[in-house]
Amino acid sequence: MDTQLDLWEVFVQSKSGQPFKHAGSVHASDKQMALQNARDVYTRRGETSGLWVVRAVDIVAADLEDSEMLFDPSNEKIYRHPTFYEVPEGAKNI
Amino acid sequence: MTKKDALFQYCLRLGDDAVVLGHRLAELCSRGPFLEEDLALTNIALDLTGQAQLFFLYAAELDNKGQSADDLVYRRPERQFYNHLLCEQPNTDFGYTIVRQFLFSAYHCFLLEDLCTSQDEHLADISKKALKESRYHLSHATDWMVRLGQGTKESKQRAQQALDALWMYTGELFEMDDIDLQLLEANVAADLHTIRNMWQQEIAQTLKRAGLQQPEDNFMQTGSRKGVHTEHLGHLLAEMQSLVRAYPEAAW
Repeated sequence: MDTQLDLWEVFVQSKSGQPFKHAGSVHASDKQMALQNARDVYTRRGETSGLWVVRAVDIVAADLEDSEMLFDPSNEKIYRHPTFYEVPEGAKNI
Repeated sequence: MTKKDALFQYCLRLGDDAVVLGHRLAELCSRGPFLEEDLALTNIALDLTGQAQLFFLYAAELDNKGQSADDLVYRRPERQFYNHLLCEQPNTDFGYTIVRQFLFSAYHCFLLEDLCTSQDEHLADISKKALKESRYHLSHATDWMVRLGQGTKESKQRAQQALDALWMYTGELFEMDDIDLQLLEANVAADLHTIRNMWQQEIAQTLKRAGLQQPEDNFMQTGSRKGVHTEHLGHLLAEMQSLVRAYPEAAW
């Protein structure tokens, strides 16, 4: 059993405008401590513009048993992939 | 004393505070109360060591005896170290570590803030860089003061004990001697009287939030401006300087 403080999940944004990515987790007793610990553990090597922490118990996760129902149907629908479109010449950032 | 000599001495003081407290915190590497706090404390240690390096590089530049920054840190005897007594006090327990950091970082922030507008540009530049770090140190220590004070009966008692024991080392933080006055006149150094007022407010505010009792200003220790230290600095330096003393030609 985990006898340490509460578990928090850490999300780091490397540049403004970029999506936040899951970096890992930290232990902390309150919001402030969670942010500071996340800062000290995951942002020390630079390139950070944003930081989120969220209590691990507050995350709603999909049930593994449901994955067939949830994820499998999309495997056969390749027409949903964006590779079928022609990219107009000169268009950037698509 | 020439202004250059005074500034050299002033930089030594600033560097000594940072390097000695940095070393104290580095002693906690792998001994923190839990992984995250271990990293937080050693992060602060690294920040302070980095700040010390900048002050010593500048001091070495001002020095007319040709000592390098490394010489100043690793080859200077105890009686020529000018860090405040507070910075050399041992870690004892987590309560001491946090209270020491809190008392010092509050002082450090106001000091660096003031030095950001120093007439000496180099000193101002170092202070601007260091201030960002020290603000984080203060915020980290302040949060812990409140947590310990409002935590369990034991955490509160230990924080209070550390506060009572370390309080007598705070008077010295605001002592001004001829060097301070000479540099203050040239708008290079900070006026510690003003800083003292701000420091007192900051401390009182946090102690109130933490539910801790502010000790009375009775007897205050002094001596660091003259290189007179508590018994702890000699031991700290013996360890910190041991490699260079054993292998004088060592390079890294």
